[in-house]
Amino acid sequence: MAQTYRLARGGRIDRASPIAMRFNGTTIEGYAGDTIASALLANGIHFVARSFKYHRPRGIFSHGSEEPNGLFAVDRGGARIDPNTRATTTEAVNGLSLRSQNHWPSLALDVGAAVDVFSALFAAGFYYKTFMWPRSFWRQIYEPAIRAAAGLGRAPTAPDPDRYQHAHAHCDVLVVGAGPAGLAAALAASESDKRVILADEQAEMGGSLLHDMSSTIDGSSPWSWLEQTLARLHSRSNVQLLPRTTAFGYYNHNHLGLLQRVTDHLVNPHPSGPRERLWQVRAGEVVLATGAHERPLVFPGNDRPGIMLAESLRVFANRYGVLPGQRAVIATSGASAYTVAADLLAVGVQVTIVDVRRHQDCAVEAAALRGAGCEVLAGHTVLSSRGRKRVNALLIAPIEAAGPIGARRLLPCDCVGLSGGWTPAVHLFSQSRGKLTFDRKLDAFLPEASVRGESSAGAVRGSYQLSACLAQGWRAGAAAAGLTRERHFKASATRTGFEPVRLLPAANRQGHAFVDLQNDVTANDIGLAVREGFRSIEHVKRYTTAGMATDQGKTSNMNVIGLVAKTLGAAVPDIGTTTFRPPYTPVTFGALAGPSRGRLFEPVRTPPAHAWAVRHGAIFEDVGQWKRARAFPRANEDLQAAVTREVTAVRTSAGILDASTLGKIEVVGADAAEFLDRMYTNRLSRLAPGRCRYALLLKEDGYVFDDGVVARLTRDRFHVTTTTGGAARVLQHMEEYLQTEWPELAVYLTSVTEQYATIAVQGPKARQILAPLVEELDLATQAFPHMSVRTATICGLACRLFRVSFTGELGYEINVPADYGQALWDALIESGKALGITPYGTEAMHVLRAEKGFIIVGQETDGTVAPDDLGLAGLIGRGKADFVGLRSLARPDLVAPGRKQLVGLASEDARTVLEEGAQILADPSEPLPMRSHGHVTSSYWSPSCHQPIALALIADGRSRIGQRLHATTPAGVVAVQVRDPIFFDPTGARVHG
Amino acid sequence: MLLIPCPYCGPRPEIEFRCGGEAHIARPQDPAKVDDAAWGDYLFLRTNPKGVHAERWVHTHGCRRWFNALRDTLSDRILATHAVGERRPDPPR
Repeated sequence: MAQTYRLARGGRIDRASPIAMRFNGTTIEGYAGDTIASALLANGIHFVARSFKYHRPRGIFSHGSEEPNGLFAVDRGGARIDPNTRATTTEAVNGLSLRSQNHWPSLALDVGAAVDVFSALFAAGFYYKTFMWPRSFWRQIYEPAIRAAAGLGRAPTAPDPDRYQHAHAHCDVLVVGAGPAGLAAALAASESDKRVILADEQAEMGGSLLHDMSSTIDGSSPWSWLEQTLARLHSRSNVQLLPRTTAFGYYNHNHLGLLQRVTDHLVNPHPSGPRERLWQVRAGEVVLATGAHERPLVFPGNDRPGIMLAESLRVFANRYGVLPGQRAVIATSGASAYTVAADLLAVGVQVTIVDVRRHQDCAVEAAALRGAGCEVLAGHTVLSSRGRKRVNALLIAPIEAAGPIGARRLLPCDCVGLSGGWTPAVHLFSQSRGKLTFDRKLDAFLPEASVRGESSAGAVRGSYQLSACLAQGWRAGAAAAGLTRERHFKASATRTGFEPVRLLPAANRQGHAFVDLQNDVTANDIGLAVREGFRSIEHVKRYTTAGMATDQGKTSNMNVIGLVAKTLGAAVPDIGTTTFRPPYTPVTFGALAGPSRGRLFEPVRTPPAHAWAVRHGAIFEDVGQWKRARAFPRANEDLQAAVTREVTAVRTSAGILDASTLGKIEVVGADAAEFLDRMYTNRLSRLAPGRCRYALLLKEDGYVFDDGVVARLTRDRFHVTTTTGGAARVLQHMEEYLQTEWPELAVYLTSVTEQYATIAVQGPKARQILAPLVEELDLATQAFPHMSVRTATICGLACRLFRVSFTGELGYEINVPADYGQALWDALIESGKALGITPYGTEAMHVLRAEKGFIIVGQETDGTVAPDDLGLAGLIGRGKADFVGLRSLARPDLVAPGRKQLVGLASEDARTVLEEGAQILADPSEPLPMRSHGHVTSSYWSPSCHQPIALALIADGRSRIGQRLHATTPAGVVAVQVRDPIFFDPTGARVHG
Repeated sequence: MLLIPCPYCGPRPEIEFRCGGEAHIARPQDPAKVDDAAWGDYLFLRTNPKGVHAERWVHTHGCRRWFNALRDTLSDRILATHAVGERRPDPPR
C-alpha cells in the first residue's frame, strides 16, 4: 500500500528515510519519525482491531499512551514478539511486522463478531448471571470457554532473547513530562547547580508543542522555541534528558520507577546492549507535568473506525503530515476543537463542527472560524454513526431551546473528531498518595495537597493556557531547585473551556454508546450496574470492568464517574475516583526481571568439595541457596541403592560428608558464656573449655527455633553451629537480643560459616582414617572423648577438630580454612581408601540420623513444637532462672495434656515406607470427618534395621508407645506400631567406640 | 520504597533493612514472676496505631545495627530515627 493520505509537506517525519512494515501480511510504507499509528493512517488504514468483548471493528482512537483500540502483536524477529502494543506509542521501524488481535480467522472476517449481534445477552456482569447452572458446567465448560474467548494478545512462547538493565539514580529534581510546563520546569531548575532529570514517554520531547502550528512563545514559533530550549538543556551538564522514558510508578519517599525504551526504535540495535532500562530514581523534588487526556463524547456507535479524539486529528496532520480523512466532522462540547478545525482546514480537509453547546456559549470560537469555509452547527447532538468498517456519516439533530431533539440530518464524513473536554493526567500524583480535589468549573480532579517534595504544573493542574503552563512550570522547577527567580512567558492565547456532557442527548437511544472502548463498556452497562444496586465507584468499576483494561481508563474514567453521578443524582466529588495504581502504562516483565534470570536468578552457594562431588557423579539437592550432594550413585545404582550402600558403609567402616553448609557463629567476649546461657536452653556456662554440647535455641514463645552444637574453645570463645538453613536467622536473633535487650554484655558475634570448611568423617573406622593425618593430638577416647573439641593440626593445617556425631557412630567434624577444604577431603579419601571410606550425601545423612531418632529442625518441628514435645526436656538446664523462651514453656497451652509428641512408627507389614505428612488415625472405620491424631514427620527405609522407619508427632504419643495406630497412604490405611523414636543402637554405645 | 535514615550510615533504601515491630516493649526483668496474662501481652499484644508509631529497625544489609524510628503509619513518613538507648525525640509537628 502507498502513503496516499500523506500530506505533500509538513510534519516532523524524516521524508528522506522511508521505511516499510508488514501489517497482517500487507506491506505498508512510512517514514522515520512515524508511529505505527501514523504510518497506518498515512496508508489510509483506519480499521486495525477488533474490540475485546463484542469484536466490533475499531480504529486508531488517539495519538498517545491513552490508546484503547489500536493494540498489536509487534514482531521484531526471532522470539521478539510483544502482544498488546499500542500503535500510537510504538515507533515505526523498517521491517517491523504487526498483527492485529482478537479475531478469527481474520480482521475483516471475524467469527467472534457474532457476539455483537447477540450483544443484548452480554451486558455487564453477564457471566455472573448466565453461567450459573448446571453447577458442574462452570469448571469444565463455561470457564474454559470464556477464558479461551477472552483476553487480547497471545503471549510469546519462546524465551525473550533481549537483555534488560536495571539502573538506580539520585537527583535533586525529577521533572516528568517534557511538554511546555515540564520544559520550563527543567529550564528553571537547571539554572541552579542541582542535578536535574527530565523524563518524557515520547520519542521526541515537546508534548503539545510538537503539533502546535499556530501559537507563539516569546515571539517564536513553538517548534523553534522547543529547539532552542532543548539545545539549552542539552548544553547544561547538570541535566539528564531521558526521552522514550515513561515514569510509570510513584512510590514512597519520592521513589519513582521509569521505563526507558533503549533500542526499539533502532533497525540494528547493538546486540549486547539492553533493550530496555528500568530506572529507580530517588528524587529530592518531583515536578509532575504529565498533561491531560481528551475525553470522547458518548453516543451510540461512537466507536467506529475513523472516529477518534479531536486533538488526535490535529496531531496526525501537524506532527506526522497525515490526513486522517478528507471530510471531517468534529463533535465537541468545548473550545479546543475549534483549533483542531482550523488546523485541518489549513491542510485542505473539509470540516463541519457539531457543538453540543448553545450558540451563545461558543460564539467566540465560532466567530474565529467564520469565512474559513467551515460549517458550525451549535446546539446540536450526535444521535449515531453510520458505516461498518469505517465511519461514513454521523446522524445529528438540533437540540431545541426547551430540550427536545429536532429533525435529524445525516452528515457524510470519512473521519470524526470527538472532544468532550479534558481530564488532567493525575495518575502519578495520585499514586504518590497526594490528595485530589474536584474542580467543578474544570470538571476535573486536580492535585491539591502533595505528600512531600512534589509539585504539579500545567495541564495536570487544569491549566490549559500555554502561557500559564510555561509560567507554572518555571515556578515549580525553580522552587524545586531552591531558586526564587520568576520568569514571564509571553504566549498566544489557547482556546479553552468545555461543557461536560456525560451522554449526548437523544430522543430514544439505540445501539452501543461506548464509555470504555478497550473493555467494551457502554453507558447502558453503567446504568444497569447502578440499577442493580452498585453505588461505590469501586464496585461499579469491578462489576462493569470499566477502566480495568490495560489503558486503565485514561479516556473513560471521568465519563464513568460522571455517568454514575448523574444516574444517582449525586455530585461528582461524592462519587470520587477509583484508585490510581502503578504502572501508568504496561511494563514488560523483562524490564522488571532485569538481569535476574537464568543463572543470575538467585545466587548459588557451593561447599568446598562441590567440584569433587560433580566429578564423582553426585546428584544434588537445593538447601536454601546451597547445592548439597544428595547421594553419590554408582553406575546402575538408583537412589535407594546408593543410599543403602552409603548408610551401610557408615555403620560398618566410615563415611565422609561435606558438612560445610552448617552455619557457624563465633561468640567471643568476657560475657560470652553468660550470653549463651540466656539464649540457649542449656546451661552452657558450665561447659568446660574443650567440651561441646548439643543445644536448643527457642523463640520467646517457647517453640524450637534452631539447634546445633556449642563448643567452648577457651573461657571467652565459643564456636556455635546452626542448621544450614538457619545460619542467617540465628545470627540475627542473637544480634537482636544482644543489641536491644542486653547491650551491657561484652560479646561479639561473627559469622564464620564461609570461613571454615567442615568435613565429617563418621563410622567405626573414623579414628583410624584420621590418626595418620593429625599431629600432636591423642585421638583415644580417654584423651578426646565424644562431645569434645580441640584445636589441632591436620595435614599441616590448623583445624578445629570436633568429636561429634549426627549418625550415632564414632565421628569427627574437622574445620579447616575454607580454601583447604578440598585438599583435606582428598587427603581423607586417600587415607581411608583401604578402610572403605565412602562419600555420603544428605539422603544417607537423613536416614542415619532418623535411625537414631535425631530431629531436624524444620522437619520434626514446624514452629509450634516445644522441647518437651520432642522428648528433649532434658536439654533445659536445671535450675536456670531465665533464657529466651523459658517463661513460655509454662504457658497453659504448653503444659496442657494432649500435645503432640515425637515417637517412632513401624509399619506392621514391615514393608510400607510411609509418606512424610501422612495423617495418623486411631480407627480407620471412624466415620468422616475422621480425627487426625498426628502426622508423620520423617520416613525412610532403614538399611541398618532392614525395615521401614518413621518419626511422627502424635497426640500424647509417649503414653501410646506399644499401641497400634493407622497411617494414611495413597493406597489406603496401613497399621503401625507406636514405639520409641530410637531405632538403632538404643543404648548409644557406638558413639563412644 | 521507604528511604530510611540509619543513625549510623545515613539514608538508605528500605530493602537494606528489616523492621522489628513496635519499639520500647521491654522484656520483663524476671519473666518467672510475670503471670500468664501479662506474659501473653508481652509476647503478642501490639498497639498498631494509626499515626505516629515507634518501631525498631535493623540495618541488616548495612551496619547490622538496631535502632529506633518514629514512623507515621498513615503517610509512611519517617519522622525521626535514633540509636538504641538515646532519648526518643519528639515527633516534629
